[in-house]
Amino acid sequence: MLQVNAVDKSFGDFMAVCQANLSVGNGELVAVIGPNGAGKTTLFNLITGQLWPDRGKIIFKGEDISGLLPYQICKRGIARSFQIVNIFPRLTVFGNIQVAVLSQQRRSSTLFAPAQNLAMEETNSILESVGLLDKAANIAGSLSHGDQKILEIAIALGNEPDLLILDEPTAGMSPEETAATLKLIKNLASTQGLTILFCEHDMDVVFSIAQSIMVMHQGRTLIQGKPEEVREHREVQEAYLGGE
Amino acid sequence: MFRGIIDLKSLWPIGAIFIILLILPPILPRFYTYILALIFVTSLLAMSLNLVLGHGMIFQFHHGVFYGVGAYTVALMLSKTSLPMWVGFVAGPIAAAVVGLLIGWFCVRLTRLYFGMLQISLGSLIWAIVFRWYSFTGGDDGIHGIPMPPFISSLNSAYYFILIVLVICMIVLYLILKSPFGSTLEAIRDNPQRCEAVGVNVRRHQLKAIVIATFFAGIAGVLFVVLERSVFPDLLFWVLSLEIFIMCLLGGWFTFAGPILGAAIMVALRTFVGIFTEYWTLILGVILILLIFFLPEGVMGYVLEILKPQAREVAERRGE
Repeated sequence: MLQVNAVDKSFGDFMAVCQANLSVGNGELVAVIGPNGAGKTTLFNLITGQLWPDRGKIIFKGEDISGLLPYQICKRGIARSFQIVNIFPRLTVFGNIQVAVLSQQRRSSTLFAPAQNLAMEETNSILESVGLLDKAANIAGSLSHGDQKILEIAIALGNEPDLLILDEPTAGMSPEETAATLKLIKNLASTQGLTILFCEHDMDVVFSIAQSIMVMHQGRTLIQGKPEEVREHREVQEAYLGGE
Repeated sequence: MFRGIIDLKSLWPIGAIFIILLILPPILPRFYTYILALIFVTSLLAMSLNLVLGHGMIFQFHHGVFYGVGAYTVALMLSKTSLPMWVGFVAGPIAAAVVGLLIGWFCVRLTRLYFGMLQISLGSLIWAIVFRWYSFTGGDDGIHGIPMPPFISSLNSAYYFILIVLVICMIVLYLILKSPFGSTLEAIRDNPQRCEAVGVNVRRHQLKAIVIATFFAGIAGVLFVVLERSVFPDLLFWVLSLEIFIMCLLGGWFTFAGPILGAAIMVALRTFVGIFTEYWTLILGVILILLIFFLPEGVMGYVLEILKPQAREVAERRGE
């Protein structure tokens, strides 16, 4: 579904992403791992158009999407959440998700219909699936950090994506929240058949749920393969797993 | 169309104010009727700016230009052509929106402060043309004694016309703000980057908002001509734009009715303090300093803040 071929991105002299390769198949749950500064977030920003690659190709559903704007890429079926909470703090929780749903339904520019009566079913079913239904009327900025991270994912779901990209979905969460979030991600993958690409720090998390793992080190792709293959890869062990 | 967004209970104070405003003109001295009508015109102008400013966080620094374009368009059409009157009245807002589209098309490419600066430059260009083109616009003399159709030729009838147009515009603006367009605009205000990521073409949405706002500024310009029967280049000058900006901040730019309050305060200050001293802006300056320190959300924002906990208390008491 998604093919990243030899993508480069530099900021001045610093090569943030260099010869990165990634492949995500239909219905797969793929993880990107790597130490801090390995270029994971930059790679995600390249895929979703927040940044444009210097070289290389990003093919989604057979079409090169590098160089498109974020809203164009979103319309093609990729939605994402952000590592640092990136929500609409003054809107309600309901309103946050509704913005995405309305955009998905191409009704963002509808002028004379009360927004609060539109897209209710879709928005409420997303709220229910992530467990935020009882907080629907709260102002998003007043939620706890854990709930805001969940809302991050929920907003992305509002776009009914074919490919969902989650940038460190459990960053800053307590162990309980992390466990709940993982369950949610697994659920999304299994019950809704979503293709999910995520990056994560916690090794146990990654190896427990991912079907395919891509390891990044200093902007480069070391390997992509099944969890067992990655675990046994010598270079990965040296660079990242500390020769466990 | 109104389902669920208008609470009938909260409507009666507004209805009461409207009825009072309807019966006032025959009782009031002429001067006060005129001041009230001027407040209506200015309120609409401030509300049109606040659509993009408070609800869209678009720094429309030179909103006065569109007010002026609307006013000049209707003034020129009524005084220089023999077209039916209503054509001029319709052309005013449309001309304002077209200029809004042109200036906005360049400005939405920039963000925040740079947006505002480019707009001041482009707007000042239009002011300079109006100010200098004596043969067409009357230059700094402006145009006076613009003929009006008989049904709005007296002050009282002009007052009623302006009031009714204002109410209609308020309803339309309210509907727009509560529509998907409005809620998406507020989402852009909160977080343009995320909005782009959920598939909204942020620039195009902002441009649409600017065109709508400038259209309503054009209506305000037409109403100004109905009231004053004259136009002058000051309508497009940046000082007026700054005043409209201050009205929104003063009244409460995150509230719907705040700009009306701001406009009333500004017009009242200019009129009544202006009688005693030509340095009325000095008083305004002091008020603004106090505002920044004590009421950062504006007067209306403050009032709503006070009312909120009370409303909650009442609801709780009812619950028991």
